[in-house]
Amino acid sequence: MPSLKDVKGKIAGVGKTKQITKAMNMVASAKLRGAQARMERFRAYADSFRDMLRDVAEKEAELTHPLLTGRDEIRRVGVVLVTSDRGLCGSFNSNLIAEALKLAEECRSRGQEIVFYSVGRKGRDALLKRGYSLAGENSGLGGVYPFQVADRLGLQLIADYLSGAVDTVILIYGQFVSLMHQAPRRMQLIPLQSEEQSESRAEPEGSASARIDLLYEPSGEALMQALLPRVLKSFVFKGLLNTATSEQAARMTAMDNATRNCDDLIQTLTQLYNKTRQAAITSELIDIVGGADALQ
Amino acid sequence: MEHALQLEIVTPDKSVLSETVDFVSVPGSEGAFGVLPGHTPFLSALALGCLHYTTLSGETKYVAVNGGFAEVSHDVVRILADSAEKAEEIDMNRAEEAKKRAEDRLRDADRSEEINITRADAALKRALNRLSLKRFIR
Repeated sequence: MPSLKDVKGKIAGVGKTKQITKAMNMVASAKLRGAQARMERFRAYADSFRDMLRDVAEKEAELTHPLLTGRDEIRRVGVVLVTSDRGLCGSFNSNLIAEALKLAEECRSRGQEIVFYSVGRKGRDALLKRGYSLAGENSGLGGVYPFQVADRLGLQLIADYLSGAVDTVILIYGQFVSLMHQAPRRMQLIPLQSEEQSESRAEPEGSASARIDLLYEPSGEALMQALLPRVLKSFVFKGLLNTATSEQAARMTAMDNATRNCDDLIQTLTQLYNKTRQAAITSELIDIVGGADALQ
Repeated sequence: MEHALQLEIVTPDKSVLSETVDFVSVPGSEGAFGVLPGHTPFLSALALGCLHYTTLSGETKYVAVNGGFAEVSHDVVRILADSAEKAEEIDMNRAEEAKKRAEDRLRDADRSEEINITRADAALKRALNRLSLKRFIR
């Protein structure tokens, strides 16, 4: 039987943990709002971009660009793993890392080499621990990504692709599905794929003909040259924003669970405390009664 | 107002501006171009420079933009810039600092670090663009 004092100390300790998890839950929910707002603001930009690329691609269908065509033989696969810098967000990071390792396994079975790039400390640490070397890393940003991160990473990926260091690039990020659900996703960055390809085809015919007389400068080719890297960067940025939002949502859920666990624990411990107290009183009474009996 | 332009400027971080205007002048990569209501659909890459527009009340306003694209269609001018700042929001001191920082970096940069030089050069140009715009409207 634990002593009364021990149990009391334990209850106080769990109470303090609960305060922390509760505070973290509230901080995460405040940050989540910020991250969601950023995602929303970026959507306007990304949507316009997609439309623009579609307009040009429609008119210049025969135009090819190394970023669009890809390579026939794929020997090295570049993988960008986006994770958070901090833990305490449930299985969020381990899911992302597991996805990356699964992809690495798939590549190995096909005899392809894998080149990792990481954004976020958790992913970096996990990859380094498993003996992978990183071609590029970005961490210590605390989950708030300015566009420059995507910009720089995008430039590096394009340079590595053109130099032949990688033959394709895949981004692994945490898609924000809902508050309760965040899923690791793969997105192919190079060669570029229009993710809404099927959607754009379903558009009414009328709007397409209205765009036929679209003028542009510089020439279509030069425009593509400028447009495609930006599309790539905007995909990277989308992945970053999604991961940042998912991280906060995952942390919110994790901390909510932790707070509830603390409540359960406190309840159990309080029961134990009461039981111990009763037992102590009973044994004291037995002592007193026993002593009184002995005197008579 | 039937014949007016809708000007929208968005960057990856935020929507900078959304306003109904009379006229827009955009710094295209092949030279500046003006847009009036009824302009033909047009798409252009942007250069680093100064965009200005005339509001419905006849006021002229300035925005420093840096790279990206401009799209004109159905009286909507959409600017997708890498960054954009309204003239009144440009902080002179910050721009000066950025300029100094970039200059220092250019001076100290190792010739072998080509990426750093390109980056510092771009930063310097951006700072100069903001400064010249600010000086111009004063």
